[in-house]
Amino acid sequence: MTTQRTSGRRKQALAAAAAVAALLTTAACGGGGGTDDNGGSKNGAAGFDAANNKVAQASLAKKGGTLKFGGAQDADSWDTTRGYYGFMWNFARYYSRQLVTGKTEPGKAGAEVTPDLATGLAKVTDAGKTYTYTLRDGVKWEDGKAITSKDVKYGIERVWAQDVLSGGPVYLKDVLDPKGAYQGPYKDTSKDKLGLKAIDTPDDKTIVFHLPEANSDFEEMLALVSASPVRQDMDTKSKYGLHPFSSGPYKFESYAPGKDLTLVRNTSWDQASDPIRKAYPDKISVKFFSNANDLDQRLISGDLDLDINQTGMSPQGRTTALKQHKDNLDNPVSGYVRYAVFPQSVKPFDNIECRKAVIYGADHVSLQTARGGPVAGGDIGTNMLPPSVAGAEGQSYDPYELNGANKSGNEAKAKEALKACGKPNGFSTTIAVRNNKPVEVATAQSLQASLKKIGITAEIDQYDGSQTTGIIGSPANVAKKGYGIIIMGWGPDFPSVQGFGLPLWDSKYILDSGNSNYALIKDKAIDGLFDQYVTTLDDAGKTKISTEINHKVMEGAYYLPFVFEKFINWRGSNLANVYTTDGYSGMYDFVNLGLKSTK
Amino acid sequence: MTELSKSGAAVGEPTPASPAPSSFLEVRDLKVHFPTDDGLVKSVDGLSFKLEKGKTLGIVGESGSGKSVTSLGIMGLHTAGQYGKRKAQISGEIWLDGTELLSADPDHVRKLRGRQMAMIFQDPLSALHPYYTIGQQIVEAYRTHHKVDKKTAKRRAVEMLDRVGIPQPDKRVDSYPHEFSGGMRQRAMIAMSLVNNPELLIADEPTTALDVTVQAQILDLIRDLQKEFGSAVIVITHDLGVVAELADDLLVMYGGRCVERGPAEKVFYEPRHPYTWGLLGSMPRLDRDQQERLIPVKGSPPSLINIPSGCAFNPRCPYADVPKDNVTRTVRPELTEVGGQHWAACHMSQEQRERIWIEEIAPKL
Amino acid sequence: MLAYLIRRLFAAAVMLVVIIMVVFGIFFLVPKWAGVDVATSFVGKQADPAAVEAVRVKLGLDDPIYLQVWEFFKGIFTGRTYAAGGDVTHCAAPCFGYSFRSEQAVWPVLTDRFPVTLGLALGAAVLWLVLGVSAGVLSALKRGTLWDRGAMVVALAGVSLPIYFTGMLALAVFVFGLKWFDGEYVPLDQSFTGWFGGMILPWITLAFLYAAMYARITRATMLEILGEDYIRTARAKGLREGTVIGKHAMRSTMTPILTMLGMDLGALIGGAILTETTFSLPGLGQAVLNGIKNQDLPIILGVTLVTSLAVLIANLLVDVLYAVIDPRVRLS
Repeated sequence: MTTQRTSGRRKQALAAAAAVAALLTTAACGGGGGTDDNGGSKNGAAGFDAANNKVAQASLAKKGGTLKFGGAQDADSWDTTRGYYGFMWNFARYYSRQLVTGKTEPGKAGAEVTPDLATGLAKVTDAGKTYTYTLRDGVKWEDGKAITSKDVKYGIERVWAQDVLSGGPVYLKDVLDPKGAYQGPYKDTSKDKLGLKAIDTPDDKTIVFHLPEANSDFEEMLALVSASPVRQDMDTKSKYGLHPFSSGPYKFESYAPGKDLTLVRNTSWDQASDPIRKAYPDKISVKFFSNANDLDQRLISGDLDLDINQTGMSPQGRTTALKQHKDNLDNPVSGYVRYAVFPQSVKPFDNIECRKAVIYGADHVSLQTARGGPVAGGDIGTNMLPPSVAGAEGQSYDPYELNGANKSGNEAKAKEALKACGKPNGFSTTIAVRNNKPVEVATAQSLQASLKKIGITAEIDQYDGSQTTGIIGSPANVAKKGYGIIIMGWGPDFPSVQGFGLPLWDSKYILDSGNSNYALIKDKAIDGLFDQYVTTLDDAGKTKISTEINHKVMEGAYYLPFVFEKFINWRGSNLANVYTTDGYSGMYDFVNLGLKSTK
Repeated sequence: MTELSKSGAAVGEPTPASPAPSSFLEVRDLKVHFPTDDGLVKSVDGLSFKLEKGKTLGIVGESGSGKSVTSLGIMGLHTAGQYGKRKAQISGEIWLDGTELLSADPDHVRKLRGRQMAMIFQDPLSALHPYYTIGQQIVEAYRTHHKVDKKTAKRRAVEMLDRVGIPQPDKRVDSYPHEFSGGMRQRAMIAMSLVNNPELLIADEPTTALDVTVQAQILDLIRDLQKEFGSAVIVITHDLGVVAELADDLLVMYGGRCVERGPAEKVFYEPRHPYTWGLLGSMPRLDRDQQERLIPVKGSPPSLINIPSGCAFNPRCPYADVPKDNVTRTVRPELTEVGGQHWAACHMSQEQRERIWIEEIAPKL
Repeated sequence: MLAYLIRRLFAAAVMLVVIIMVVFGIFFLVPKWAGVDVATSFVGKQADPAAVEAVRVKLGLDDPIYLQVWEFFKGIFTGRTYAAGGDVTHCAAPCFGYSFRSEQAVWPVLTDRFPVTLGLALGAAVLWLVLGVSAGVLSALKRGTLWDRGAMVVALAGVSLPIYFTGMLALAVFVFGLKWFDGEYVPLDQSFTGWFGGMILPWITLAFLYAAMYARITRATMLEILGEDYIRTARAKGLREGTVIGKHAMRSTMTPILTMLGMDLGALIGGAILTETTFSLPGLGQAVLNGIKNQDLPIILGVTLVTSLAVLIANLLVDVLYAVIDPRVRLS
């Protein structure tokens, strides 16, 4: 959910300047080096895609040094309860621990849950309604005090205080207290502020969760950073994100929002108590830039090791890097699906045939090109489940042959669908697109051009991208403005059909404001499948239901997927033990990055 | 400022073309031309005159006749402060107290400016720097040429202001030009010009911007000061009335050249050039009736880029056809002596002019 | 003079209140006309109405605008206590509130970022004054020559090229190409050389734009002044040409330049947005840009207030200075 930094004419000038910059840096670098036998180029880069779903240069990681991040965007909040940006969750593992967390392994394995503070995965009883964990020995806060089950409970309770700590995911609250009976720790009248009934802490080492209804993804939810422990006496409430109290291997040394952030070793953290974190560097620094090109140049020049935002390089930096420093790049699948969605409240998109007409009529290659092409944009999206989510079939499930026969648009089929819809001569509609995302505007224009061929006149409305939630998140507003086609993108909060699709496809998630079910899908079958999913505890069963949900959504023709998004991310030559993980949508797993040279 | 000394060999030792004259000021064949986009402007095109110390010369002519250009030429102000590509072209000789100024080192001329020769300008409001007090400006003029401390210079400034008749000079010395009335400003200007006891004072239209009553006071002041200091004075004006009582000699300019010059009483009472007649006719006089007052010179001053051939005055001259063979339009008349030290440049014969003056012009004045 | 100052200061205060009200108005009314609820952008992905409402209350967005304006000003002078959902924070005067996003107090953000912007503006001003004025004077004195034409072409380029272009170019050449500077901002109190090294490119880039403007103005003014009678008088006094230009002509030429300088400095103190963005300088311009991007009203308000104050003070200084330079102007 990062925002684009440039737009319009300014971008052209930037491109011109960047072109000059590229020429100059070519001269300065003398070109990139070839890959040698050891799987690393002369300058030490591991090779193109060397860390994509596999570990690159694991053995070269040394203890010590400063790991240098740069970024164009600061986190929404570093408060574990309030952060929602993917890179924040990833980074938060440096200074926070959870009962369970994603495995520190590349690719799919990274999405699997493994014990962290807890001694093992949950002891699930009572037909999936009770989860019991025991805390490890030797787990400590940054002041040396032991982390207790009560700290974990308090940390989770903070999710209820949405009036103070807004912004983060609320899955735990929805699952543990769907009626919203608990008021949150700040309004808690009990003495220890641990009034949440759904969690028991019989002793300092044991924590028991009582779910009113089973939810098969509950442990995934506990792996979110919003389930991190917070110590009550250290809770600065709304200001907590400015200096979170560390339970992990690093602690905050200094933080100036939008400027820089420095973490140093937490000396109270004990390697023996932590099975997953390697904690190679001594220090971790993050510097924020307001000029994305500047940031990319500093990555290329080696001033910085990697981009904390992990949303791909800027177009200019990418071009330079692909030409000269390909060995420093990885091209992972981001976990995002980029798509157009058809709100059924806007006529004629209440009619499935009209929706199909748009799906068939669109030129999918042109849309992919608008997104940046196969490398920087991603593979043509053929369905709505991102490849990193269990149950996804990738391009092999292609009900509308978007990556096959209808790749460049199928006018005949589209017109057939139009006839079936009762609009043989086409119709007029409006495409809504965020004005701060040039790539999305480009896809809207591509779509507009192909729809024209089948008689659909689409007007493009570029709305204020900073107001996305307010504008397209209000079904009334969407209907009023007549947004028949909305350009959007979505990534999983945790890699399951629930963590990705529940807010998009379940009718319970149609909200008056802050709505994410833009298509206004009210399909009993889909709702039923979600209900069935949360009570299915075995992985095979869950996978099967996920696939089924995806099929139902596609059959309803609510969406026109553009791409399964891919990024071009920079991997600094000094990075070691680096790999992408599905646990964080194809980002590098920050917490175990090491440096080859610690100078 | 290397381009200021383009005369090359002239830097340092003056190498005059002809021997130094005995007069205090002598101008010989002075030409001042300005190149412009439209052509060469010949503002002064061969002017010669002499002036002795203690004497006053009046230079009279319409605007654009070259009289102001002449005075700036003597002061060396056409070469100083000429920037850019187009520079004034100056030739001839200007001898001041034995030194030829045009070929002299510009810095030497600069040192003479304000000290040996000084100038009073037409509009004292624009000629005084608005951001400095009168005192500061006089002090600066004094200290440029005298190595004295500020206090002494200021005493001198107060003294000068007192001398030119400014009341409460010790207070007014700290006033800004805009705080003075027009007459007082011109008095201050005069004080500034005379602060270094210059031997030559050039007053360029010193009273034009002033009220009639103040005009007389300023003229009186100039006359008194001349007597006191014994300097040579050049008064430049378009108004013969201004110089009537002031000048010993008169020089009438037209189209960049002298058309008549001679002792003041001669030029006034026996003018021998039709242009001078015209000037006399347009001179306001208190003893004349309003109705018949002015007989202005018809037409407009000549273009200095295309000066009419023959006599430059011919297009406006009512008597252009008096001489035979169209000579006024083809041959430029030279100055010829028409009486003791009285010279005029006209194709008409002495007798013709005498007759016209006596019969046609004088009675109407 | 004193009465004049008091009157001007009073006018400035009124102006500030109006500006703040306008900012409030833009922040609240424009989204309202667009049918957008500001509060929703502070809630997570699955924002339920209760959460949105809670946020609205917490941020004080539920109060009428006039009350919010009043609270804002009251906070500056007397401090303010925030209480929402059991979270009670006292914000001591001068309280500019807390960022809607990062929750940090706005006042320290302003005091932290102000020196960066001030350093940028002042450093650049020194450069562009020296460069622009001398180039303008030389151009005027060498009017019509190749030098003059060349300088004016460069000046035209300087005026027309946008900062982000010249800035990117400067970064590409001097930081990433030649590696003369590392181009990163270092606070002055940490290292003077580091600070200087980080600021030199922004200074040059910003100064290039303004120097061009100042050169053109200086040239035109100087040419006009050189034609003035009092310059001729100065020469007639026998002053050296250097004194004539350097003292008499410059004094008059500086008047419009100082006026411009005052305005430009005032505007830059809040508005060097492009330069700060291009060079990632943590100044006020960058803060307000982020504030706008993030719907962060308190940050926007804080920076706007500082900026407006800077502009008003600069204008006041210019007026006073003007009276000092030009005795014909009297403050009354």
